[in-house]
Amino acid sequence: MTASLIETRRVSKNFGALRATRDVNFSLASGARHALIGPNGAGKTTFINLLTGVLAPSTGEVLFKGRDITHMAQAERVKLGIARTFQINRLFRGLSVLENIYIAISERVGAAPNMFKPAGKRRDIIDESMQLLETLKLADDAHHRISELPYGRQRLVELAIALGLKPEVLLLDEPAAGVPSAESHIILDAIDALPKTIGVLIIDHDMDLVFRFAQRITVLVRGAIFAEGSPKEIGANEDVRAVYLGQASHG
Amino acid sequence: MSAPAPAYDHSAARVLANRHRVRLWEAIPWLLAIAYYFAFPRYLGFGTELLVTVLFAISLDLALGYAGIVTLGHAAFFGAGAYTVGMLAFHGIWNEPVTGLIAAGIVAGAVGLASGIVLLRTTGLTLLMLTLCTMALLEEGANLAAEFTGGFDGLPGMVIRPLFGMFEFNPLIPRAQYLYALGVLLVGFVFVRALVYSPFGQSLTGIRENTLRMHAVGAPVRHRLVVCYMISAALAGVAGGLWAQTNAYVNLSTLGLDRAATVLIILVLGGYGRLYGAFVGAVAYMVLEHWLSQIYPTAWQLGLGLLLVIIALFARNGILGLFDTIMRRVKPKPASQ
Repeated sequence: MTASLIETRRVSKNFGALRATRDVNFSLASGARHALIGPNGAGKTTFINLLTGVLAPSTGEVLFKGRDITHMAQAERVKLGIARTFQINRLFRGLSVLENIYIAISERVGAAPNMFKPAGKRRDIIDESMQLLETLKLADDAHHRISELPYGRQRLVELAIALGLKPEVLLLDEPAAGVPSAESHIILDAIDALPKTIGVLIIDHDMDLVFRFAQRITVLVRGAIFAEGSPKEIGANEDVRAVYLGQASHG
Repeated sequence: MSAPAPAYDHSAARVLANRHRVRLWEAIPWLLAIAYYFAFPRYLGFGTELLVTVLFAISLDLALGYAGIVTLGHAAFFGAGAYTVGMLAFHGIWNEPVTGLIAAGIVAGAVGLASGIVLLRTTGLTLLMLTLCTMALLEEGANLAAEFTGGFDGLPGMVIRPLFGMFEFNPLIPRAQYLYALGVLLVGFVFVRALVYSPFGQSLTGIRENTLRMHAVGAPVRHRLVVCYMISAALAGVAGGLWAQTNAYVNLSTLGLDRAATVLIILVLGGYGRLYGAFVGAVAYMVLEHWLSQIYPTAWQLGLGLLLVIIALFARNGILGLFDTIMRRVKPKPASQ
């Protein structure tokens, strides 16, 4: 087994009496394509929030390349190379698509604290932003404000911002939710085209996407790991079918 | 300027690459200010007050319009600057104007830094109330420390040395004051303009638009906000120092809610987060105030109130925002600039 990039050890998160995450031992190796599935309210997003530092765990540890980052702030973890997308778009709505990407990349390359060189003179950042937008078929929308874009296109910007950070660990919280099926392949293609070395964890309810993408699947039920294995194993697991897959087919 | 050919000659890339360039129309406010000097020699006192107010409004625009820091206490810094200049001059310590302004900026910036570190942990209504409290504390402090500040009466009749040793600040013919204020405003404006078009300024707009996302792209959000608040406070302090020098007195009004609310109204009126809103708002507000108070000495504020209601209902982005909307209606969206 390859060295793990990000890892949790017996991580739990309680909100009062609600145990949103229970004793989760999880490891994402470099190059992994891992999916996290589970019924609504299973604590999938909470788990991502624990990995990214939005929430601090009640007990347990989070490690990045063996280093304890349990109490590290979110922004510092991003600097280490942990990026995410949000289940509900969190974009700079009043700014143009290009500016959205520019902000992310200028943080990554350390240009953002610069007060006196015009942003427009960093052609390198602008070019990299445009290049990224081009790969996501967003270049023609680059001058539009986010608030002028349809929701599906906004989802792509959400992904583009995370990609602009050139992460080593990428956490995708339902990246294709709300994207019209005609466009969802752009998101899938972009995920497929990611560098093989980065570890990707994806949450999604779309089982076609999950089974196409993942080499490994973790099933979370009521905050605890219910099952973990290859897509084949998970697909054949009767218990998983009962709690989740079966349920989904009724929906 | 011969920049290397951009890899992506896309209209959006061009707009971003060129937005910091100085446009021809940007000379208009400065030409008007010079024209005013010759056209209204009898109203240069009013003109000076206007220029100082523009500078103050620009400082607020940086914090409120760009970084989205909601504050109702910006006069705290204006007053800190004004009292710095006032106390130094009144007590015979220092009365050279330019260095006096620098001192005003440093003191106000320090107040901004100290209060920002504490206050900027909060947002929204809490932040609004805390900025108000900071200002009230300073005002009461200035009121109580009468030995140094003159208390309720302020510090009248302070002597300011001639500018560059040559230009006397004559209270009756405030020509030197007007040009001095114009020069300081120009320097302050060029500084803020560079700042808002820099990557730092871009990151401030990011914080304004979505703080949570800024954390998620790895930005040290609070650090940026504190730095921005400090710079904004220092500029407000320079404006306050300028006010004290050109009026040759300081009183508690420099620290009051009245001044803080007025500058906020000016910015909303002109349009915040757009650099020139401060100019348009200050001119509109002060000219209207001047005119209304002459024709309705008792109820002039009613007119301003009505105008504000109209702006709030129909032009949320202020006069400049309204102008933008009209231009977009008249001229269908250009594909590039």
